[in-house]
This record gives sequence, structure tokens and C-alpha cells, in this order.
Amino acid sequence: MYQYDKFDHQLTAERVAQYSDQVRRRLSGELKEDDFRVLRLQNGIYMQVHGYMMRIAIPYGLASSAQVHQLAHIARTYDRGYGHLSTRQNIQFNWLKLEDTPKILADLAEVEMHANQTSGSCIRSITSDELAGVARDELIDPRPFAEILRQWSTFHPEFAFLPRKFKVSVSGASEDRAAIEINDVGVQVVKNAQGELGFRILVGGGLGRTPVIGQELIAFLPWQHLLTYMESIVRVYNEFGRRDNLYKARIKILVQAIGIGEFRRQVETEWQLHKDGPSTLTEAEVARVSAAFTAPAYETLPQVDASFEAAQREDKAFANWVQRNVTAHKVDGYAAAWLSLKHPGRAPGDISADQLDVVAALADHYSFGELRVSHLQNLVLADVKQSDLHALWQEAKAAGLATPNIGLLTDIVCCPGADFCTLANARSISLSRAITERFEDYDYLHDIGDIDLNISGCVNACGHHHVAHIGILGVDKSGEEWYQVTIGGNKGTPAAIGKIIGRSFSFAQIPAVIARLLHVYVSERDEGERFIDTLRRIGHEPFKTFVYAEQIVEEEKLLLPDYEALRAAVPYELPYFSPRF
Amino acid sequence: MKIIKDKKVVNDAWQVLRLHEGDAADSIVVPQGEYIVPLPVWNCQWETLRERKELGLWLGGLERAEDIPDDVNRFPVIAIDIHKYTDGRAYTLAYRLRKQYGYRCELRAMGDVLHDQLFYLKRMGFDSFAMRADQDLQRGVSGFDTFSVKYQASVDVATPLFNRIERGVA
Repeated sequence: MYQYDKFDHQLTAERVAQYSDQVRRRLSGELKEDDFRVLRLQNGIYMQVHGYMMRIAIPYGLASSAQVHQLAHIARTYDRGYGHLSTRQNIQFNWLKLEDTPKILADLAEVEMHANQTSGSCIRSITSDELAGVARDELIDPRPFAEILRQWSTFHPEFAFLPRKFKVSVSGASEDRAAIEINDVGVQVVKNAQGELGFRILVGGGLGRTPVIGQELIAFLPWQHLLTYMESIVRVYNEFGRRDNLYKARIKILVQAIGIGEFRRQVETEWQLHKDGPSTLTEAEVARVSAAFTAPAYETLPQVDASFEAAQREDKAFANWVQRNVTAHKVDGYAAAWLSLKHPGRAPGDISADQLDVVAALADHYSFGELRVSHLQNLVLADVKQSDLHALWQEAKAAGLATPNIGLLTDIVCCPGADFCTLANARSISLSRAITERFEDYDYLHDIGDIDLNISGCVNACGHHHVAHIGILGVDKSGEEWYQVTIGGNKGTPAAIGKIIGRSFSFAQIPAVIARLLHVYVSERDEGERFIDTLRRIGHEPFKTFVYAEQIVEEEKLLLPDYEALRAAVPYELPYFSPRF
Repeated sequence: MKIIKDKKVVNDAWQVLRLHEGDAADSIVVPQGEYIVPLPVWNCQWETLRERKELGLWLGGLERAEDIPDDVNRFPVIAIDIHKYTDGRAYTLAYRLRKQYGYRCELRAMGDVLHDQLFYLKRMGFDSFAMRADQDLQRGVSGFDTFSVKYQASVDVATPLFNRIERGVA
């Protein structure tokens, strides 16, 4: 992976010094909150329900074992012993004190990490495909370009105060695992008819209050022009993006308002002014950065390992895990293994300090010392020998990281929700727990098969509910938490926005609503059809009709519990309550 | 009034003319002396004001470089009024003036100009700073050197780091 040179180290150290000084001035009262807020946000610091939350960048989702050990150290030293992986491949700590955050930044700098631009109205941390470099459907590894974009966007002086946040994702594969269609800018590596390398650029995608699929801005941009073209896009947005209304400030609204054709014309006009200028990428720079992403020292192995095959025959539980959590690798004899962070009883995406240490050790032992975070809030060891998978599984299982549910109903993507987040209208984590408990029967889950269930606690849509097969959105009705259900969204290629099925539901009704949706699927499906396939074939109506046909009885055990009692009884590792409820 | 100019705290003689309620751009009298006038006043009274070489110009958040009807270099100072520091349009406006329109004279940031934005503002070609009243100007001077590493090209450095310096293989 990319290693810092002296310039990267110097800049990171200077950032720590700058932020430390800002916090010192904030604590002394010299800096008022209104002037400090933006400074802390650009270092990933939010003020949340329980205290300060810090979002640490894991650029394009790639981390070394040393970095993960350091995250474990941070979880233990400054937090309550766990972190939360976000849908943009970052990690968040929820229980911090402001005065500790400069020390955390310094600790991160020791392992070449930072929290730069993980929040705020600026170009955010760049995301990519969790299978970059190992996927069979990959044209080229997109991570060198993600790193080049990371450096270009870091402390870009012109673009620190955009109308709103600006998210960029890069994919190098034919199947989109990087959500490029729902980012402000999606970058897809492509080749033209002459076999030359370039990018297809999408613009104006995004979820939130106004979900939109990104539109193609340019079908083929030669790779040399990546930075100058990006600069033109962001410059036009900075000038013309709306600043009068927070909800209409994303680039998608600008693109919708003037049309993709006019937006393209403006970008092209702007681009002509500095195209082929000094920021044109050079082969030397691409080669320098690409050298950091060369393939590890793979052994020459048979395509299929006999012991791996035998272990699956002999051990049903292992075979189940392999079926759900292991993916093919471009190199014979290797596989990519998912470590599920959707374990019953824990919040989706949560990981404890001890588990962080375990996965770092597993990465060292089995996967060349690296691991990846997926935007679906799980971890991936991308370079595991097939012959090591059984041993890996056993170790992961012992650490509670081997739930065989990748892609199943309980692999829920979920934002922190009202249990943690001040923006949320409703709880997400608590609801995911209720759903997980209701559908814990393993055979039933397997029978239902591939299905995406996402939960967002408010319209900001951090849980990406619009692009889930079943999406759940927390809404506020006269101060009470309610949930709107959408069906038919899709995160893959092509992405699609789901449709709302009707009036909203209470917390305690949601598990029954999901059961009814699944019931329609099971009764209507053809052989081999996934939930989304059946839904596309028969349409939304049968699902809607059945869900609302009879009154939905609230599940009593899910009615709001006595939170005072829970607070006393439940250890903080299970924060399924919040001071707000 | 004290401002920061070329990294030093200096006394500044420029007066800023603002349109208040009841003032009209075409009728307000621009007093004699060194005044920085708003773009609408310049545009309305261009025929008379163009004789006065000592006048500067200021632009607000919605105004653009192409709205200036003259050669930008006829103004000894152009100021950009930042009504709120989170409004980043001033940065692109500065880029346009410096890089696209070739403005070479004093480019001033005024309004909600704070210590913690000076580094970025300087990179965009601002060289004088009429800071918000509560800001410590002496302290402000140190804000220009927050970072010694600049990855990307901008107004201050024409080339990105990778084209400026030989970087080792990472």
C-alpha cells in the first residue's frame, strides 16, 4: 500500500500542529464555537449525542495491520473500547473528549493516518472498491488514482469551503462495488477503442433528501487529465452551487437545475483554460504511486486447493461460511474472505478494540498485513490462500467475526441513528438489532438468500436506504420516531432508487413488515430468483397490498422499553439506548 | 485601519464605500480620496469614475470577475468581501482574477476574514487582509506558514508537488 514520503509526513505533522493549536484556542475560549465548528469538522470531529465523535479516514478502505493496531489503541485509550465502520469506509469513535482529539491525530500520524476532510463542506475522503487489485472483473487497480486524488484534494486551498460536502469514489471494475453512481463524482476506469486508459466520469449522484443516480459527464477522459478535469468540475460547482438552502446545495441539484448538457458545457469551457497545464498527470507520477500497489508475493498454487475442498465437505459450518463470506480471487489458489461485522447483539459495523487487534493479527498471518473496509460495513482480507481459509475461519469465529451472513438479510447496512447521531429522527442500530433477532434462523436466512436491507435514521441517508432492496428511513412525526419503507432500490450496476410503499410504521411494526415482504417473495418467486428479481418481475403492487392488507400488530417486546432500567443493566458495549429516548 | 499586507501589520488608508439602505448605486457620491467602491457603483458611474486613477473596486459574493467592464489591472486594489468565512466563492473568484484575468495588483480579503483561513486565502493570491474586528493581527501573521507542503497547484505555485520536486518512490 501507499507509504508516506517525507512530504506526506511533513504535511501530516503540520496538520496535527495546526489542529492542536485550534483546540487549545477553543478550550481557552479564544476561538468561539461558530468559528471552530468548521475547523473541527474538517478534522472529522462532530459533536454528537454522547460527546465528540471523530471520523478517521481509511483512504479507499485500505489499512495495514499496524494502522489497525493503532485504531485498537485509540479505542482503548480515548474511547469506550470500540469503533464503528461507516458506509464510506471510514472508522468512527463515539465517546471522545475534545481535549484528547489532538493526541488522537498525533497517534494516527505515527501510522500514516489522519482525519482530513472526513467531514465538512469540502472534498471528502476518497472511496473505492474493497476488492481493488484482486477482483476478477477489474480492468486495472483504481487505488493509485484514488491516492492521487487524495493528495490533490488534501487541503486544496480553493475548495475548502464548498456549498456542501463533495464525495468522490473510484472504481476499476465492471461491477460497481464503490457506489460510483451515488457519489457527487464517480470515476470509473475504462479503456477506449484504441486500448488507451482513461476514465468515465459520472456527476451529480447522491442520496439524502433528493436521491439521484449520477449522470455521465464524459464517456472517456484520457488519464492524464484527471486532475485538471476534476478541478474544473469542482470550480464550476464552487461558483454556481446553491448556498441559500442547505438541502439544495449538493452538486446534484446544480446539475438538475441547469441540465447535464449545460453543466458539461460549463465544465468543458472552464477546462479549456487550463487543460494540458502543469497539473496534467505524468507517467512518472502515476508510476511512482502505482509502485505502492503492486501485487504481493503470491505463491504459485493450483486453481483449487484440495484441503480447502475437503474441509468444506467435512465441516458444514465452514462450508456455510465459505458460501457466503468467501469470494473468488484473480490469482489461482487465493480467495478474498469477508469478516462480518453484523454479529447478532452488536451494532452493524461496530468493532471492539480486541477485535481490531485480532483482525490486524489475521491480516499479518493470512493476508500480507493488509485489510480492507467495505462500504457495506464489513472487513475483507483480500489475499488469503485457500489452504488457510479453514484456520482463518476458526480464529475469526473465536473473535465473533465469522457470522456467515454476507449479503443476507442480517448483513444490514445501518447508520448510527438516533442512538448516537444528533441529526437522526429515529433509531437505526436498535432497529437493526430487533430485525436481526426476529430473523435469526439461519436456514430461513439462507433460503431468502441475497437481499440488501439498509436503515437510515434520517433523510441524510447515511445508511444508503434508497439503494437497498428493502430500505428503511427514520422519519419524525410530531416528535415520534416512525419509519418509511422503500423497496426496489439497487446498489450495484446499474444503481436504482427504491420506491416508498406507503404510510410509515412504528418501530415495533417493522420486523412484521419485513416478514410480510419476504412472505410475498417466497410465495411468488421462481426457481433461482432473488428477492429483487421477483420484485422486478411482479412489480411493487403485490408487496404493498400484502403489507397493508391486515393491521400490523406491534410486537410487544419491541415497544419502547424502560430505558432507565436498561441504562443501569446494559453495559456500554451494547448502547441500544440513547439519552434522547 | 490596520490590516495585514505582505505578511506585515500595516496602517491602511483605503476607505471602503458601502451602499446602505436608501443609497442608490447611480446616485451615491464617491468622496474624494482613496476609496474602494462596490462594483454596482463602478458600473453605474463608470463614465465619471474612470478618470480617477486612485479608486479601488470591491466585489461581493454573487459578483464575478467577468462583470468588471474594464481591464482589472487599472485598479490598484480589488477587494473581495467575504460575508461569511464558510462561503468559498471568494476563493474561486480570486483564482479567476489572478489566473484568468491576470490581475497583478493588490488583492484584498475583507469581511469575515479569520486567522485560520489565511493560509488558504494567501494560496489563492490574496496579499492583503482586512480581518474581522476581533482577530489578533499580530497572531494572524503566523497563519501564513501553517503548511510547508502543498500538493496541488494554485495561484501561489503554478505546478503541483509531483511536477515541482522529485518525489522518491513511495
